[in-house]
Amino acid sequence: MNLTAIDWLLIAIYFVFVLGIGVALKRQMKTSTDYFLAGRSIPAWICGLAFISANLGAQEVIGMGASGAKYGIATSHFYWIGAIPAMVFVGVFMMPFYYGSRARSVPEYLRLRFDEKTRALNAISFAIMTVFSSGISMYAMAKLIQTLHILDVPLRQAGLDVSWTFHIAIVASGLVVLVYILLGGLTSAIYNEVLQFFLIVAGFLPLVWMGLRSVGGWNGLKASLGPGYTHAWIGMGSPQTNRLGVEWTGLCLGLGFVLSFGYWCTDFLVVQRAMAADSMESARRTPLIAAFPKMLFPALVILPGLVAMAVPATLATHAADARLGVNMQRERGIIPFKVDPASNRPQVDSHGNPVLDYDLAVPSMLLRFYPTGMLGLGITALLASFMSGMAGNVTAFNTVCTYDIYQSYIRPKASDRHYLAVGRAVTVAGIALSIIAAYAASQFNNIMDVLQLVFAFVNAPLFATFLLGMFWKRTTGHGAFAGLLGGTAAAAVHQGLTLPNGAVPGIKGGWLGVLHLYPSEMAQNFWTAIFAWTTCFVLTILVSLLTKAPDEKGLVGLVYSMTPRQKATDEHWYQRPAYLGLIALAATLALNLMFR
Amino acid sequence: MQLDVRFPIGALFSVYGLILILWGILRDLPQRQAGGGPGINLEWGTALLAFGLLMLFLARRRQSRETGREPSGK
Repeated sequence: MNLTAIDWLLIAIYFVFVLGIGVALKRQMKTSTDYFLAGRSIPAWICGLAFISANLGAQEVIGMGASGAKYGIATSHFYWIGAIPAMVFVGVFMMPFYYGSRARSVPEYLRLRFDEKTRALNAISFAIMTVFSSGISMYAMAKLIQTLHILDVPLRQAGLDVSWTFHIAIVASGLVVLVYILLGGLTSAIYNEVLQFFLIVAGFLPLVWMGLRSVGGWNGLKASLGPGYTHAWIGMGSPQTNRLGVEWTGLCLGLGFVLSFGYWCTDFLVVQRAMAADSMESARRTPLIAAFPKMLFPALVILPGLVAMAVPATLATHAADARLGVNMQRERGIIPFKVDPASNRPQVDSHGNPVLDYDLAVPSMLLRFYPTGMLGLGITALLASFMSGMAGNVTAFNTVCTYDIYQSYIRPKASDRHYLAVGRAVTVAGIALSIIAAYAASQFNNIMDVLQLVFAFVNAPLFATFLLGMFWKRTTGHGAFAGLLGGTAAAAVHQGLTLPNGAVPGIKGGWLGVLHLYPSEMAQNFWTAIFAWTTCFVLTILVSLLTKAPDEKGLVGLVYSMTPRQKATDEHWYQRPAYLGLIALAATLALNLMFR
Repeated sequence: MQLDVRFPIGALFSVYGLILILWGILRDLPQRQAGGGPGINLEWGTALLAFGLLMLFLARRRQSRETGREPSGK
């Protein structure tokens, strides 16, 4: 990819603003609350946009475009089933306890509600996971910059070899994120997430518009890709009749309930954004405000993937195919084939056909439609999403490490200034660890796959613990702890006993023996989550009933039945969480019907 | 007082808008055939500039309201 001076100028201006926000916020960072919780002073709309942007990192923008190209509009299920209902639930039902308990983090809520060991389990596993996800997102960005040859020309001009691209991308992105979080803490991260939100819209909206126009609009897309690509629900009756390879029960229970609620309702990365809000009303409105742009995001991040499959292939596509030795002169699609780095030949599937590198769907679209100028804006939007995804992980990591690990187990009674200093030191450590993780990912791909699998096992049962903790006052700390461990074990056992069709036993499952074959990896993941959740739910109830009931006085503000209902303040009816939630659900239902 | 996030957003998008408009006029327009339209840089640059100015206006309005309210005691 050849960027010209104007593109570089746009990218450079973005970095100036990112760092400038950090510098401007430095004066405000006086206490640890300012630094870790943005002083609990952020208005709802800003928290709402940060709430979805923190999740809109590298994997999301590139991955959703890739899934759009691979699975079609059914990818929207990850938004409409897999996000909106959980976002409404956390805003309407759970936020009163998160925000109302004055807990400074999700693990701290677990400490207040249950006990020390449940908090420690959650805090430590969460801290490890965030560092690795930030490292993986760094790795993905460096890899993409390398694949697109963005830095080739400037490196050659500087007399350096292009193999420096990977190192420069990782160190530079790490440094930028380090500086702005060091200076401005969570406020800096949130402000940059809001900036990123608008950049993504500004950078991708014209792409969708130009792309759709070039394939004859939605109807043209339908005609050239066929109904399998343009319907979200038709064919969901059986895994054989839809592109995802999942049936509707697995989709709704696994993705729509267990995975989605487990992420949006319990992951501190997103919940932290709502905890930074300036009032209880704002905190509850945060995920609900976020739900509205979220439900429209498929148009922005998934549609470009579909268009990339439908636009007529260009001469450049044919030339790139021919260079790889694929002489099929395809008519449609501009996504390049996946190259095997060892042999420099295209990778082939089990039938011997070359496979597409779906991760390049979005970058191919940028190159196909944007002239210089707009291209710089599009690349800036991608970079922004990479960096704020990383920053989101780092701010969640430093808060949990400082409050839930350092203050709880290492040095409990120090001054606030001390914790502020520790928080900054942890930020540096967090970024250093992310960089190490990024290099580990580039060296040992399998280790990363194993880690992500373990994270999935740890996360799957979480929502059962929170649901019981918040809505059943009899739940005990021993019950919660046993449930979490049991659920994680159940996930591992289920994955070890099943295998997706066509896979070999190993990392994909079946390492304990194959009892059941799933039609696809996605179906296996969803059912692993369902088993983990159910085990945790049942085990927590059983152990809770066998152990001593918690003291009811200690549960006020933490459990639904023990907390006085909030009186509606004098806000307008449409600002009330319940109504906002109902409107969001109705709009999502309408979208599902439109694209059924 | 806290920095209003709309200031940096407004400023960034106004600058982006101006750059794309200038680029669209100076580089794209001379190369385009008659009847080909103004080009995406110029079109989208205008939209970004409008959005940026709106953000700046909103931030400015809040700021002047708050400074106006301050003496009455809050």
